[in-house]
Amino acid sequence: MSATLPAPRGARRNASVLLRPAAKPLLFVASLLPLAWLLYGALANTLGANPAEALIRATGDWTLRFLCLTLAVTPLRQWTGQPALLRFRRMLGLFTFFYGVLHFLCYAWLDMGFDLAEITRDIPKRPFALVGFAALLLMAPLAATSFNRAIRALGAKRWQALHRLVYAVALLAILHFFWMRSAKHNYAEVAVYAAILAVLLGWRLVAHLRRRPVAAG
Amino acid sequence: MLIPRQARAGYLHPVASEITPRAAYEQRREFLRLLAAGGAGAALAGWAQRDALAQAPRAGKLAALPGARSGVAGASTVEKQTAYADATSYNNFYEFGTGKEDPARNAGKLQTRPWTVAIEGEVKKPQTLGIEDLLKLAPMEERIYRLRCVEGWSMVIPWVGYSLAELIKRVEPTGNAKFIEFVTLADPKQMPFVGSRVLEWPYVEGLRLDEALHPLTLLAFGMYGEVLPNQNGAPVRLVVPWKYGFKSAKSLVKIRFVEQQPKTAWFKAASHEYGFYSNVNPKVDHPRWSQATERRIGEDGIFQKKRPTQMFNGYEAQVGQLYAGLDLAKNF
Repeated sequence: MSATLPAPRGARRNASVLLRPAAKPLLFVASLLPLAWLLYGALANTLGANPAEALIRATGDWTLRFLCLTLAVTPLRQWTGQPALLRFRRMLGLFTFFYGVLHFLCYAWLDMGFDLAEITRDIPKRPFALVGFAALLLMAPLAATSFNRAIRALGAKRWQALHRLVYAVALLAILHFFWMRSAKHNYAEVAVYAAILAVLLGWRLVAHLRRRPVAAG
Repeated sequence: MLIPRQARAGYLHPVASEITPRAAYEQRREFLRLLAAGGAGAALAGWAQRDALAQAPRAGKLAALPGARSGVAGASTVEKQTAYADATSYNNFYEFGTGKEDPARNAGKLQTRPWTVAIEGEVKKPQTLGIEDLLKLAPMEERIYRLRCVEGWSMVIPWVGYSLAELIKRVEPTGNAKFIEFVTLADPKQMPFVGSRVLEWPYVEGLRLDEALHPLTLLAFGMYGEVLPNQNGAPVRLVVPWKYGFKSAKSLVKIRFVEQQPKTAWFKAASHEYGFYSNVNPKVDHPRWSQATERRIGEDGIFQKKRPTQMFNGYEAQVGQLYAGLDLAKNF
């Protein structure tokens, strides 16, 4: 995404809050709160009758929420004229991966008892598990190249091309959620996330289509 | 101690090594209870009281409904019973919401008196019975059944009721009766999710007549020595212990004897995922998850591996002959 757009007049006043040194540590702590809440729930036995299921579902929910937040940074930055928002995108992206890994670990441990043979049999057998796993795998190279040196080593263009994989991650993640809920025709929550992702990805598509003629000229 | 895997009564026992010593288990539960209750003395008193009561301790929340120990083969597993709190707070009853906690939260409005069940179709004596008549129709028995949900979790629940066969005998099915269709209440005024498109309402389930006549098939009015809580299917439900939980229709209002295999609610919603029979079968996977294992609610700790699922939920000795010659992979 082009980071060179000038911020609209009058926007800079509010940017100072986002630029405060404490902003990033605060976001970091806030992003760990869901995990803290789940750990507390597991220890205090407040996760209901089936805590394993509750943990698997909650970590999946939070992966999806962080994915939406990560993808919201660029559109929000332009709508609000706050380029400083970009400072938080990497952390949000890494937390998406973090909760995605936790989601997988919960499944592998609580559902499969870390039985590797069982897991490797289970994932390919079930399309909904397979797309979820694919989304996680696609996130790995993004997380691995999230530091500044990697950007320089790859070159900005190639780095950016690689990180567009996040769009595929979003599509696989929502498909994973949709298939998980498909038999019960219980799509209310799926629809909410699908709508949010559609807006976030649609915005990019529109921006891309608008930019093209300018680049050609 | 030697526990024979196949006892004379036909009940499939777990091997001795699979059984957690009762003392160790209870210690764990008590520790967790104390932790949750913050060490309140009330919790301890409640626990002591529970232990004083015999097999199925009453929860003390609803009207008592005692039942004599059942003599039906396989009707009383010796496995540890699921805690009343878990069995009444973790439910699938989509008329009250799709979340597991929704039924306990939303079922309070359900009026279970007056209540009638219409018995119709291919019977010589079609009739509409009030719940009081149904309660008096046969002596109440306590049956401690394993309950296996198609979602891969299980419970052990002490039900109170009598064999559905008792009712069937009294209404005298005609020669045309091959199946029974069970229709449950669908009242949008009392059930907030009737009107959602999760399923086609009313919820319909069905059994083949010989399945319905099997002595293990229970018409249940209570659990844990009390009447059924609303979220568990009050005032009267079916319990078919060798089938996935959804076959056991809750809050029955109609029992129809029919010639054709009924179109059940889950079959209509997703016939490739939920067959008519829906016998518990570890070898036939659900399209989206394996059925080989299950998690026993409240007993298997978070980090404990799930336990293997038994053929016909462990009731193969009792019901296996019903399906002789039937391809269970096709007729799932």
